[in-house]
Amino acid sequence: MNKFSIYQHLLILFVLVLGFTYALPNLYPTQPSIQVAYTDSGKSADQMLLNELEDILKKNQVGYEELFLREGKIVIKFSTLDQQLESKTILQNKLLDKVIIALNLEPTTPDWLKNLGGKPVKLGLDLSGGVHFLLEVDIDTAQLGRLELLLDTYRKTFKEDKIQVTDSSIKDLALYFQFKDKESYNKALSKYRLDSPGINGLQYIITERPASNSLLLEYSDVALREIRDYAVGQNLTTLRNRVNELGVSEPIVQRQGSNRIVVQLPGVQDPTAAKKIIGKTANLEFRLEANSRTSPLRKEEFSFKENEYLTAFLETAVVVSGDRVTNASSGFDESGFAQVNITLDMQGGRQMQKATSGNIGRKLAVLFVEQKSKSELVTGDDGKLIIEQTTYIEKNIISLATIQAVLGTSFRITGVGSPQEASELALFLRAGALAAPMKFVEERTVGPSLGKENIELGMKSIMMGLALVVLFMTFYYRVFGIAANISLLINLVLITGIMSLLGATLTLPGIAGIVLTVGMAVDANVLIFARIREELKEKDPQTAIRDGFSRAFITIFDANVTTLIAALILYIIGTGPVKGFAITLSIGIVTSMFTAIMCTRAMVNLVYGNKNIKELKI
Amino acid sequence: MNIRFPFMKYRKIAGIVSIIIFSISVLSLTFRGLSLGLDFSGGTLVEVSYETPVELESIRNTLIENGYEDSQVVNFGTNLDVLIKVADQNGNSSIGEAVYLLLNEKGFEGELKRVEFVGPQVGAELRDQGGLGMLVALFMILMYVAFRFQYKFALGAVTALGHDVVIILGLFSLFAWDFDLTVLAALLAVIGYSLNDTIVVSDRIRENFRTQREMQPKDMIDLSLNQTLGRTVVTSFTTLLVLFALFIFGGEMIKGFSLALILGVLVGTYSSIYVVANMLMSLTLTQEDLAIPEPEGADLNELP
Repeated sequence: MNKFSIYQHLLILFVLVLGFTYALPNLYPTQPSIQVAYTDSGKSADQMLLNELEDILKKNQVGYEELFLREGKIVIKFSTLDQQLESKTILQNKLLDKVIIALNLEPTTPDWLKNLGGKPVKLGLDLSGGVHFLLEVDIDTAQLGRLELLLDTYRKTFKEDKIQVTDSSIKDLALYFQFKDKESYNKALSKYRLDSPGINGLQYIITERPASNSLLLEYSDVALREIRDYAVGQNLTTLRNRVNELGVSEPIVQRQGSNRIVVQLPGVQDPTAAKKIIGKTANLEFRLEANSRTSPLRKEEFSFKENEYLTAFLETAVVVSGDRVTNASSGFDESGFAQVNITLDMQGGRQMQKATSGNIGRKLAVLFVEQKSKSELVTGDDGKLIIEQTTYIEKNIISLATIQAVLGTSFRITGVGSPQEASELALFLRAGALAAPMKFVEERTVGPSLGKENIELGMKSIMMGLALVVLFMTFYYRVFGIAANISLLINLVLITGIMSLLGATLTLPGIAGIVLTVGMAVDANVLIFARIREELKEKDPQTAIRDGFSRAFITIFDANVTTLIAALILYIIGTGPVKGFAITLSIGIVTSMFTAIMCTRAMVNLVYGNKNIKELKI
Repeated sequence: MNIRFPFMKYRKIAGIVSIIIFSISVLSLTFRGLSLGLDFSGGTLVEVSYETPVELESIRNTLIENGYEDSQVVNFGTNLDVLIKVADQNGNSSIGEAVYLLLNEKGFEGELKRVEFVGPQVGAELRDQGGLGMLVALFMILMYVAFRFQYKFALGAVTALGHDVVIILGLFSLFAWDFDLTVLAALLAVIGYSLNDTIVVSDRIRENFRTQREMQPKDMIDLSLNQTLGRTVVTSFTTLLVLFALFIFGGEMIKGFSLALILGVLVGTYSSIYVVANMLMSLTLTQEDLAIPEPEGADLNELP
């Protein structure tokens, strides 16, 4: 009586072995290491770079433990922090801007565990320290850019097809065309209808107004989704490159929802620098080309963006800077060549007018200004060589065109190459290297000391909570209490194991969730024990144990399912740290049911099963 | 159980107490509102740690002089940690860094522990999502309890949950404690926890109604409550033990979270005894409601 079958024992054993195995990697310490990647994010690290690094380290007699290639990066492990810093300095000094070197702490999980997929629990930013950014992509601007291009295209087509247009513009993200007569109207409508079918469905929503001979054209949801996906996708790529520049070992750059991007940089301590690189918008300067009368002191030489060997001298004075640009779009000139239309604000227009009025025939350059960062070797206060990350500004010419008339608030640049290039230039002017402008909508930075503090406080709470519960249970339920306590400890191991196995992230509220689980997990056992006590009044001990467990089961199940519902909803609506709470709470509920019912029962069976007991102390 | 406590004798008093506290909470929520934390209000928060205590007043003045009129400066945990909150300024995301640099410049040199910026739109979204999540949670739980038990229990359970949530929100409003995402998370956990209690009690009432057919509903509920009292007290006690550990040792960042949970466990324990039972009495739960041999299938048919 009250004995588990061999299968039940095997199941418990299987779960325990699994849980313990995957919880194990958390016991191994971390090891200082560096990750080396090419600055050009399109290039993955290769054997050549590996050999080069190996050579440099050997020549400089820096000790290292292991050096290997992993996911396009080279990882070098060291036994001491000094070696890690020393080799970073030496390598950066030798290779300079060719590579980006990130300091890291590698887990020392043994190979057999790694092969089983074992890895330590990931820590959230509130525990590891670092920055979290949420950026929002401005889809309307991206859409407007497309519409402007479309407006120009249709103006051109209608002209070619002799469709008479009396008015055309963009109103509230829709193209508006007013036609002279019914014939033009009908021709234009059939033209629209012909163009509209796309790969995934209709591209346009056409509003017909036959009474006034005007047509409105908007992008359909399908087309809008394409525009959005394209803009967000492009920006993701750009952001990945920029984040790569920062030299962070495990960055996360992910799309969130329809038009947002999450950037997480663990270990980054200076949010300002990170923000500068991530949020940089390329700027522009309009400058006159230097001529023979320009004094040498007032001119500078710049290279072209697409060809660094080609250079031109420009005046140092800036005519207008990019922040005066209110709009830019690409289109076609009378002879069908691509052009970029630029609109400046009032002040910009005045400046432009002043600068161009006496300079017709001279050339006007558009200078692309970009913020970059690089590592440099400098001598520190203590005389030691240290690496310093510095940001610098790079300027390249993207267009150099002849001024043909006095320019005002609105003008155009011709001779900009293909329509594609024109559209890119317009984009640069509007958003700076991004498919659509972005803005920061959320930022959370946790300093490294706070992260450490949070881990310590969290662990202390778990320990204290656990100690209190264990003491109480032992005192209140004796032998059964000890069984419940062992189950509780197993529960903690299982939670850790499952978190590691799933690659779930542990956050401070997540730790709180574990603490809460410790308190609530004993509930199932309390229910069972209370039931056994009751059953004992009318039944013999063995029957009481059996019925106590089986009767309490349904109650435990119902009670836990509802908590699980609450936890799942929390997981869906929560972000970051709060999601971590939902995760540990959900895992804790499931594991506590297993341990409280199966494990406690197995222990009780082991102690009391198959014995003839007269009296049960509970 | 030997303890025979006539719970239902005091059900009217308990009902009145509940209604009074509930009304105060609703009034406070209506007129005072919640003091929304950064997650929901939007804005910027900077936490700086100093080696020696600094005067909050002088930091405040420095901020006001430099154009941050709408800011709060308070100590966080110890008097070495200073928390500065600046109201949103048109979604400007660089205020946090600017404030920290400004303070360093003006001689308040400290270590930057934390910067948080939540844009107004994100704040509003989190607010909507949180409220919606809470309603969805309540609804789904109602469905589950109605499916597993009977609609009278479900009404009792959801009334108890609404009672708990409103009273905790009311306390946060009354004492102007910061209501942020972690407190919302705690509130959802309270929903889960309080329900846990409610189900254990309901389960026993259902069982007794089926087995003890000769008893009056009032005595039956009293018996059930007494039978589950031991368990209710022990579980609430162990949960409170860990929550106090969390409240005392867990640090300043989850104080609000642990506080909401502590209140939730206390109110939840009370409500699973009085609110649920009171509802069942008022709805006059009868033998017929439960006297069906196949509980699940039958309960499903009984859904209104």
